[in-house]
Amino acid sequence: MNAREEILSRIRTSLADVVQPDPALDVPNPWVYGQPTAMPDILERFVDMTVDYKADVRRVPSDQVAGLIKDMLLGVGVGSVVLPSGLDAGWRQAIAEAGITIHDDDPQLSRAELNGIDAVVTASAVSIAETGTIVLDHAADQGRRALTLVPDTHLCVVRADQVVSDVPEAVGRLAEAVTNGNPLTWISGPSATSDIELSRVEGVHGPRTLLVILAE
Amino acid sequence: MTTTEPMRRTPAPPSGTFLGMPTFPTNAKAQLNNTQMRKNLRNATTTIRAKRAKVVGEVENWEELRLAGAAIKDRTMRHLDSYLVLLEESLTKAGATVHWARDAAEANQIVVGLVKAKGVDEVVKVKSMATQEIELNEALEEAGVAAWETDLAELIVQLGHDRPSHILVPAIHRNRAEVREIFLREMHLYGTAAPEGLTDEPAVLAGAARTHLREKFLRAKVAVSGANFAIAETGTLVVVESEGNGRMCLTLPETLISVVGIEKVLPTIADLEVFMQLLPRSSTGERMNPYTSMWTGVTPGDGPQEVHVVLIDNGRTRVLADPDGRYALRCIRCSACLNICPVYERVGGHAYGSVYPGPIGAVLNPQLRGIESDIDKSLPFASTLCGACFDVCPVRIPIPDMLVHLRHKVADKKRQGLHLEPTIMTGAQWAFGDHKHFEFMESMAAVAAKVMKKDYLGPMPWPASPWTRARDLPMPPTESFRSWWKRTRGEGK
Ligand code: SF4
Repeated sequence: MNAREEILSRIRTSLADVVQPDPALDVPNPWVYGQPTAMPDILERFVDMTVDYKADVRRVPSDQVAGLIKDMLLGVGVGSVVLPSGLDAGWRQAIAEAGITIHDDDPQLSRAELNGIDAVVTASAVSIAETGTIVLDHAADQGRRALTLVPDTHLCVVRADQVVSDVPEAVGRLAEAVTNGNPLTWISGPSATSDIELSRVEGVHGPRTLLVILAE
Repeated sequence: MTTTEPMRRTPAPPSGTFLGMPTFPTNAKAQLNNTQMRKNLRNATTTIRAKRAKVVGEVENWEELRLAGAAIKDRTMRHLDSYLVLLEESLTKAGATVHWARDAAEANQIVVGLVKAKGVDEVVKVKSMATQEIELNEALEEAGVAAWETDLAELIVQLGHDRPSHILVPAIHRNRAEVREIFLREMHLYGTAAPEGLTDEPAVLAGAARTHLREKFLRAKVAVSGANFAIAETGTLVVVESEGNGRMCLTLPETLISVVGIEKVLPTIADLEVFMQLLPRSSTGERMNPYTSMWTGVTPGDGPQEVHVVLIDNGRTRVLADPDGRYALRCIRCSACLNICPVYERVGGHAYGSVYPGPIGAVLNPQLRGIESDIDKSLPFASTLCGACFDVCPVRIPIPDMLVHLRHKVADKKRQGLHLEPTIMTGAQWAFGDHKHFEFMESMAAVAAKVMKKDYLGPMPWPASPWTRARDLPMPPTESFRSWWKRTRGEGK
């Protein structure tokens, strides 16, 4: 018997006491999926929770996003960025006009090249107010995973209609991207560790600076 | 005559194996003398307990979530064969290659074979309980492949020639001064040295780890990971982490090998809404951990283009066979039960003789490995049955009931074997098999302590002696351990 057959047959032997073949009937689960969590103001909660993780969060009308991107990048001293191919053309133009060097990921940049770039600017897929989480589904306006990982600063734009109350709603919205085979990255504040005496230190391997723009 | 040891590529772990370890009381006694370790541990568990209690308290439907978590896991475990076949099908469709391993040796052989086939002599690793369980790093080392741990705590453990002592914070027994010393002494031997003027500030130490590991991330061709969850419906694997070292390993190398215990499977993506709430709040005491990665086989143009998943049994089907024991397979390795456990807080993780310490280790190891070895026979007795572990467990594993169940099993086995020991085991069973009996023993001890005016009671008389020989109960003289515990940390929800 090969390993696969043997493990499956061990499982079947071990589960001789299970007689109901339908898993849902065998173990009922009273949980109701996809429910929102009640809260007074979803966007406000999102901002509070994200700030709690030491991210720099700004709330602006949509037409001011491009200008703010430029200001925030210059504010942290960014000299070069990598931009995903599907990024908003207006944002791209504002960055170019600020004199910041733009790198495109086409053809794909090497790890060493990415390591030499200061920042990345992306859109996002879904955000979770209750936990201050931003989820990337790595569509064309976010780029492949390495882009939002290697550079030390990540500026991420969240649209107000992408913010949901809590984890259940978010998972519901993301299911389609997962089924399509997209990878997901859930980001809650900058990279952090609590491994030394459980004291939280922001900034280990992922981007140490996380800038968030909430566009309404 | 001296023989030269062949050159190792990674820091040597401490000698000896977990299974060769003496009983829990013997280990516990040795660890109790380590005051630095106990101090570090007490600070850490106190902090993390408070954080957990706070963020769990924020969730109104926490109990419903726990019930859902338990139900989903039970459903999966009771139909594990169909879910595993579905997982395999989904993974294959998504471009991953699925391997099955009956035990640790087979899993190691598969991984070593895959790594060798890529012609590399090093891999980067994300923290993974499964690979620790099968001792993959040593198998790779023997094959001439260096396995670099990239989680900060794992790096501290690896460079410190040490063993992990906690599921979530493996270097919880080390303080900042010790970490600094380890970095200064070891980093330069295995890559980028620690910077001059390294202080013991956690932020500075983390910075040194960033620089040391960045070099390895940028050149690694193969990564090895575990997975917190594997979704049967889609073939999606999930890794929950904090530092971004996981993202580095899961994204940058060309080849990714994930070693996944067969109990990690969940039926659907939707189930993540339950577990992505339960896990972060129970483990690090955060509303959400900094980073979670989810990937489904191979994504063209993004991340590793060769993806392997090794599904391991290694005793899990044995756990599954006991209807009263299989609850242990619900465990999502959050470590809340370790942090709340008064016994763990005193003896530390090393005394349990396994990568799974604390209350969950006490019920899981004897089932995974069987109750043949001394260490596994003694583990079900490494508890006061106070019940706090059940209260904090996000998937409601009835650890105290299971400990009693396992104590009976150990006692039965003993009875069949030696003829002298049953009395002792039955005595211990009397003391530990029911919390009332234990409380009685303890209250007697308190009385004795008052009379004798000693801080340390020393070994308790039979039938508690098998346990207290190692404990020298340093308990408040007029208050029992259990009532003291109830008074000072009854924050379990
Ligand atoms: S037994 Fe429960 S509390 Fe302990 S690690 Fe597992 S899931 Fe967490």
